[in-house]
Amino acid sequence: MTGQTVFRMALKSIFKNKMRTALTMLGIVIGVGAVIVMVAIGNGAQAQIKSQISGLGTNLIVVTAGSVNTGGANQGAQSFNRLTVDDVDAIKREATLLAGVSPVIVTRTQIVGGTGNWRAEVDGVSTDFFTIRDWATTSGDLFTDEDVRTKRTVVLLGATVAKNLWPDSDPVGQEIRLGKTPFTVAGVLAPKGQTANGSDQDDVVIVPYTTAQTRLNGFSFLGQILASASSPATLAPAQEEIKGIMRAAHAIPNGGTDDFTVRDQTAIAKAATSTSSIMTSLLAAIASVSLIVGGIGIMNIMLVSVTERTREIGIRMAIGARGADVMLQFLVESIVMCLLGGLLGLVAGVGGAALVGHFTGWSIATPASAVFLAIGFSAAVGIFFGFYPARKAAALDPIQALRFE
Amino acid sequence: MHPVIHLDHVTRVYGEGDSAVHALRGVNLTVHAGELVAIMGTSGSGKSTMLNILGCLDVPTDGHYVLDNVAVETMSKPQLADLRNAKLGFVFQGFNLLARTSALENVELPLLYRRGTPVKNPRERAIAALERVGLGKRLDHHPSMLSGGQQQRVAIARALVTEPTVLLADEPTGNLDSRTSIEVMALFQALNDQGITVILVTHEPDVAQYAKRVIEMRDGQIRKDHPVTDRHIAADDLAALDASTPMEEAA
Repeated sequence: MTGQTVFRMALKSIFKNKMRTALTMLGIVIGVGAVIVMVAIGNGAQAQIKSQISGLGTNLIVVTAGSVNTGGANQGAQSFNRLTVDDVDAIKREATLLAGVSPVIVTRTQIVGGTGNWRAEVDGVSTDFFTIRDWATTSGDLFTDEDVRTKRTVVLLGATVAKNLWPDSDPVGQEIRLGKTPFTVAGVLAPKGQTANGSDQDDVVIVPYTTAQTRLNGFSFLGQILASASSPATLAPAQEEIKGIMRAAHAIPNGGTDDFTVRDQTAIAKAATSTSSIMTSLLAAIASVSLIVGGIGIMNIMLVSVTERTREIGIRMAIGARGADVMLQFLVESIVMCLLGGLLGLVAGVGGAALVGHFTGWSIATPASAVFLAIGFSAAVGIFFGFYPARKAAALDPIQALRFE
Repeated sequence: MHPVIHLDHVTRVYGEGDSAVHALRGVNLTVHAGELVAIMGTSGSGKSTMLNILGCLDVPTDGHYVLDNVAVETMSKPQLADLRNAKLGFVFQGFNLLARTSALENVELPLLYRRGTPVKNPRERAIAALERVGLGKRLDHHPSMLSGGQQQRVAIARALVTEPTVLLADEPTGNLDSRTSIEVMALFQALNDQGITVILVTHEPDVAQYAKRVIEMRDGQIRKDHPVTDRHIAADDLAALDASTPMEEAA
């Protein structure tokens, strides 16, 4: 019997019992659909987290001031602020594995300009900062090394600040005041959105660190030093390198405790992505329970069908069907039913995921592999749950089957 | 000339020990090509077991069965299936057609199970078989749309379509009224005249009258094996029926 004939016969007997087939297939439709929706939601969450983390900067390394013991009481991180521009210069001079390094001086101040005033974070940085954070302007230009060297009063506005002070116009070239100091707006930064914990990365203004030191807070200490490794592979050695340079610069003896901390984002990134991928797997696992329930429905109906068609099986055997022919017939029926269910489930799943995204506002990413997922899963269910009924049919004795009423 | 069927001391025992049932107790039988044999006997005589073994649906417990030069008792289950497909045609008492399947597709079915080289033009051959039994105009009819006699003709066409060595019929007229029975027997006689070997099981002496040879079974053995002396020709009986009055026909 040719494959085409087997397939045609399977389709025919499936469509003889339309209502029953539809209800049986519904189990698979729901199962496959649920798996796809869940995977799409999980994938969307994962993609969002990934993009947030990469938004922090590529291969980012953060150096913060360390802790210090005062009379035996540890004062905690950054209690003793000893990061200086000299440290930055030392790193810049000696490090070989870095793409850039920048001091960050953080302060908050009232910003006056445009249509009103606004309070925001002011970061004093060097030009490397833009490389490290992978940050560009949407209008105007970034400030230059010359601006840093000459301590010019130029400022870059974060998207949120720009929108609040100049809702309708381009602020480039306008005058604003940071505290009491007048600055010229050099550019508006591209929006970066929220961080994973919800703080707005665009609610910030950026000035040359030299200007910040002399005109804004007068401190010579830095809040942190940002650096970026030249590649993901050098992230770990680059941190070791920075540690070595810092220990030398701070004259820490061998065995002495670091008075600074060097961290990167991989730990955060790993934790966040692994959490979300566990969530994805969990959701898919829960959804696949419904697929298994659907499969049991298929098995149930196939068993009923074998019993109902005992006589037909007897007839087929009497006129020359081998046990293997009968087995193949029932197995193909089960697989075809599951595949049809799987295809409908694919449509339902993709549509369902889009609906969930539309109504909840969650980011949804239906993976291209959903097609293979749907087809693979439903075929597997068809084979697995169709096997036992098919074998039962094939094992029938033709004489008994022909006598069956 | 080789016999198409040769049974040599065939026994068939169901079960074991004290509860064993001896359905056949050493049957010897030879059937040649072109015969029309009726196997008769009461229920429990072993005639159904005999037909199952002749039809390769069952194998002897002991003894030898040679069908068209093939030793059946050595065959595996799949080989038996192939043998049924290639050499045998079955006609049953209850017609046993696939429901909700057209006459044409029913008749085509055995050709689809043919092993080795696929049958060419199965559809044309199925149409030819249906025309041979006089149903050339009812190809698309489903069994539920056909009368009992027509259904049995479809079944006969299905048995014929593979051009089998032997046509086996199990109480082929058991579910039919007397006139339709004669019509079906007329068909068997016509096919036999064309050279097809027919073996049928029946418990009706009237039906056995249309055969050429009658085998009577009892207690798992052949008791009588004789040619039919006053053989009836079904076509003549039909003509006689048509000539008789409606009163008699109703009776």
